[in-house]
Amino acid sequence: MKRNVRLFAVVACALFAFVFMGAEKAGKAAKPKAAPVQAKIGVVSIITGQGAAYGEAITNGIKLARDEVNAKGEVKIDLKIEDSTGKAEQALSAAQKLINSEKVVAIIGPTLSTEMKVVGPEANASGVPIMGTSNTAAGITQIGKFVFRNSMPESQAIPASIGAAVKKYNIKKVALLYGNDDVFTKSGFDTMKEVTEKMKLKILTIEQFQKGQADYKAQLTKIASLKPDAVFCSALYNEGGVILSQARKMGLKVPFVGGNGFNSPKVIEIAKDAAEGLIVATPWFGERNDPKVKAFVSKYEKAYGKKPDQFAAQAYDAYYIMTNALKAAGTADRAKLRDSLAATKNFQGVLGKFSFDAERDVVMQPNVLIVKGGKFAIFK
Amino acid sequence: MFLEQLINGITQGSIYAIVALGYTLVFGVLDIINMAHGEIFMFGSFVALLVVTRLGASLPVAFLAAIVSAAVLGLLLERVALRPLRTRRGASHLASMISTIGVSILLENVAHKLFGAGNHLFETSFAEISFNIGSVTVYLVQVVILLISLALMAGLALWLSRSRSGKALRATAENLETAGLLGVNTNRMITATVVIASAMGGVAGVLVGMAFSYINNQMGLSMGLKGLAIIIFGGMGSVYGAMAGGLILGLSETFMVAYGSSGYRDAIAFVLIIVILLLKPQGLFGQSPAEARR
Repeated sequence: MKRNVRLFAVVACALFAFVFMGAEKAGKAAKPKAAPVQAKIGVVSIITGQGAAYGEAITNGIKLARDEVNAKGEVKIDLKIEDSTGKAEQALSAAQKLINSEKVVAIIGPTLSTEMKVVGPEANASGVPIMGTSNTAAGITQIGKFVFRNSMPESQAIPASIGAAVKKYNIKKVALLYGNDDVFTKSGFDTMKEVTEKMKLKILTIEQFQKGQADYKAQLTKIASLKPDAVFCSALYNEGGVILSQARKMGLKVPFVGGNGFNSPKVIEIAKDAAEGLIVATPWFGERNDPKVKAFVSKYEKAYGKKPDQFAAQAYDAYYIMTNALKAAGTADRAKLRDSLAATKNFQGVLGKFSFDAERDVVMQPNVLIVKGGKFAIFK
Repeated sequence: MFLEQLINGITQGSIYAIVALGYTLVFGVLDIINMAHGEIFMFGSFVALLVVTRLGASLPVAFLAAIVSAAVLGLLLERVALRPLRTRRGASHLASMISTIGVSILLENVAHKLFGAGNHLFETSFAEISFNIGSVTVYLVQVVILLISLALMAGLALWLSRSRSGKALRATAENLETAGLLGVNTNRMITATVVIASAMGGVAGVLVGMAFSYINNQMGLSMGLKGLAIIIFGGMGSVYGAMAGGLILGLSETFMVAYGSSGYRDAIAFVLIIVILLLKPQGLFGQSPAEARR
């Protein structure tokens, strides 16, 4: 009982803080000439529990964008942030609250694809535009015409990295290698195989390994003897680093293209010099030479004391896409906002140039990176 | 490619064999399976890694450190997890196996805390030395691993069959009480067995680090399971069985990858076990269970 009272007090304080913050912002924003579009936008994200690190990055990115947009004064947004705790049913009740009692014009989130699969249909049925910033599973925007996302699915990242590598190194025949006991590496492999077949590359062999295996020499010896032009490898960084190291040591020097699991500085930590030449694709690259990216990174670092990750960057861009659409719609109307969102074309964000396709999914050029001199750099 | 894969398989098999020798020694004497053996082996390799990277010591020193630390862990294991159960009347053999499982979980988590999760690079200049036979590159480490495993096997076999203490050990294995009545210090024999088996685990740990360049705190489990499979396959308690079983498993896994499908790499071990046990229930080199045992 006592715990409940205390919890209530904390929640109440937090709510008041938001109200006062909003009040202060409202005072500043009221000055500009044209009446700003006023709207409530809901956010459903993981604030507590497992996966709270993602939710923290996402809400940080959104709050940073909100402060910037509100300061400009063209739209005035009241953010309502709700906790999904990473559970689909909790995400659903949070979204229902936002839709029915808070009467938000749109929702940003939820964090996980599994949550979106439950929340998406609800928002769609209520005619509330909803935009995922971190859902990468297949079939998200196909839920309905009110469902959007700006997070790039792996099915787009992998073709980009493979395409770039094939062009540069004139790759004709490849070997595929993947971990067959992990959902993530398996689905990355499926995409790789599909892309490889579509590009009419010759698949010499498909080799598998299991998590925690120490010795990949048998697979690598076999791959090396077939003399591929490149190896496409879907592995998590822990195994991936070891594979790279053992491959280079036994003289397999061809380019390696990795899936998203390889996309971590930890690969370089584990494989050291052997990581050189590894190619991956990612929507977010914090060291891109772009004034927008640099400004975002420095502002974010100043506000939160750490570098923004992919999740923060995607959420930051999502907020801008949402408020730009709101500006274009000119009024806080759910249906009008949906139409102007769907019309988003060539938005310049920190992730690069962004558009929605006919199915409200991502159209974006991912950054293809290569490990060079011990860190990730743009692959040219 | 065949020769290269043959070398890969022999290297893998020799390491399996050394791990299995540790299991078989303890099983042969105590009739229990020491489930913590894999973790002791993992600890040995981490100690060697630390000695090499932090202190900059040479490889022989690393071996020594790994052997000593693994032996100490073996001693502790015997004192803490095995002896209290042995002296208690009515404690079944399963009880001591369960307590070794407890020790294995403890060691794995301690290693996680001490050394961190994920793979650690195990780099030694010795592991880089290689020579060419025709078109095939052979690393000196691979030869050394095979030699060490053969030496350990021969040493163990000789010790058990020829030496006085080996005879005392076999007597202890045959019947604990009778051996005690005949003047064998059975507690000391058992402690010696566990310590020697653990020390061999330490050796295997360093060899794995040298052969594959990486170690992690989870490797005790997967290696341990393979070691278990081998002693069932080779015959519980048989020294030659452990060696032959290890080599057969290592080679068959490697050739499964080379000429079959790598997805079935781990399955082959267990298919082999089933086939062998159907044909020869006591394993390749196993003897029919002695009636007097237990």
